[in-house]
Amino acid sequence: MILIGERINGMFKDVKEAIATKNKQPIQDLAKKQTEAGATYLDVNVGTAAADQEGTMQWLIETIQETSSTPLCLDSQKVNVIEAGLKVINAEAGAILNSTPLNKKNDEEILDKYIEMAEQAGPKASIIALTMDKNGVPQDIDTRVAIAAEIVQKAMEKGFDTQRLFIDPIVLPVNVPNAQVQAGNLLAAMDQIKYLSDPAPHMTVGLSNISQGTSERNLINRIFLAIAMSHGLDSAIVDVLDEKLVNAVATAEMLMNKQIYSDSFLKVYTTANKA
Amino acid sequence: MPVPEVKESFTGSVNRVTLGATKDSGGTRTSTITVGGARNVVYGGSIENAGEKPVIAMDVLDSRPDDWPDLLAENYQDVMDSPGDWAKKCIEQFGADLICVKFEGIHPDKKDLDAAHAVKVTEDVLKAVGVPLVLWGSGYDEKDNQVMPKVSEAAKGENALIGSVKEDNYKALTAIALADGHHLITHAPLDINIAKQVNILVSDMGFPLEKVVTFQATGALGYGIEYAYSIQERQRLAALGGDKMMAMPAICDVGYEAWRAKESKLEDAPGWGDVKDRGPMWEATTAICLLQAGVDIIRMRHPRAVATVKNFINQIWQ
Repeated sequence: MILIGERINGMFKDVKEAIATKNKQPIQDLAKKQTEAGATYLDVNVGTAAADQEGTMQWLIETIQETSSTPLCLDSQKVNVIEAGLKVINAEAGAILNSTPLNKKNDEEILDKYIEMAEQAGPKASIIALTMDKNGVPQDIDTRVAIAAEIVQKAMEKGFDTQRLFIDPIVLPVNVPNAQVQAGNLLAAMDQIKYLSDPAPHMTVGLSNISQGTSERNLINRIFLAIAMSHGLDSAIVDVLDEKLVNAVATAEMLMNKQIYSDSFLKVYTTANKA
Repeated sequence: MPVPEVKESFTGSVNRVTLGATKDSGGTRTSTITVGGARNVVYGGSIENAGEKPVIAMDVLDSRPDDWPDLLAENYQDVMDSPGDWAKKCIEQFGADLICVKFEGIHPDKKDLDAAHAVKVTEDVLKAVGVPLVLWGSGYDEKDNQVMPKVSEAAKGENALIGSVKEDNYKALTAIALADGHHLITHAPLDINIAKQVNILVSDMGFPLEKVVTFQATGALGYGIEYAYSIQERQRLAALGGDKMMAMPAICDVGYEAWRAKESKLEDAPGWGDVKDRGPMWEATTAICLLQAGVDIIRMRHPRAVATVKNFINQIWQ
């Protein structure tokens, strides 16, 4: 399971403060802690912490890279912020550009742009592509799959390895009125997306979104994650510092026979599977 | 939609392990042996990903065995009382890549030989041959815990492969192997879950996983080889999948197991073909089968079986 640690995000108070005071320590601590907890990538999101989003993205990346070699996942809806990040990132061990829709009303070619940026960043750089288009986020299964198919096709046309493609079928909060059916729709869409190419594209979700505004957030997160894994999800943006969540991932992988059982299977999960 | 090119996409590989220490590295070996390194299943894809050639470790016992069938023993009658000469014969006449000294004689139910004897045997074999050694206890835990640390010490600095350690008996030998700079054999009874657990246990003691070789136990042709095969195969796939706790090269004990089978030695069985061929064939077939599952070091006994298997290896790993 490719776990993308979500904590370096300007929406969190400690990160926001660190950005405001240019205090590197809390950021570097989060990088270290998340890596030790099993993060394959560290998500980097400026959030609403600063007016200068480009400069802040660069400061965050440089701060993390001073003490950590864990690959980064640049998280912004703005192309210019991702571009600014790519100028200072070390993508040798990998990087993820997070994220692009299939197309936008004011930018039909946005997916192409992301693919090109990833190509320029290096041979191990990937992108997260959302199953949404200029019409917004689809509510049904078929449209999600159709958009995913267009994304995969576009990647193939451009010679972009589908192993560098993360399809995000978009998780919606389960407590939004009439949205409770969406979790099931997502799983049904995943069942089809995994057959769009061979090898399959990766699939990822912003997990914490499922429990937004609910009680029992951690429980909802980890149960949904385990279920989604059995439908082909092989990556997620998560709170890796939630030990029970990582234990659920380890257990799900073991039950799916992706990891060989041993009496210490929980203990070794994060160390045994580091690339 | 274009048909995509299907590529091998293994992320992991089998650890590359070098046994033996030459003078430059503080030992007295004249050569070293490197095994492992595969980045694919056996015969899967290009030779670049096939890793190192598997090797044959011929068994030398610490004392004259009294239960070997004549057809096997006749190759060694002149050397069976001298492990050094025995080792030399295996290397010079039979083409062994390395020597596995098996301390059968220390077993309390066999000859109950003492540590001084085992140390003498180790020293003799080290003097007689320049190849790396595998040093393997009797399997009787209590006695092995007394004797094998002394054997380890006698071979200190030689970067031998010493074993075996099991889930319920690993601490003594792991500690001494670490101190003496040897590689370690982790041993499980045809049980992949326990195999992984033993690796975790020795790793918890600070023993580097890169210096471990696994022994999953071996079943001969007709005697459970399918279990050994599927476990070796699963170990390889786990290694390729990136599981660091299963990424070790593997050793198997073909010689002992094949010659335990009645088919390899029963003389009064006219329907089974000439017994002179049958034994070596049983051993060679067992070895070749396990090679295909992904083992790296094969313990063997009969010179004709060794020749057959070496020929096979050389043709495949060109």
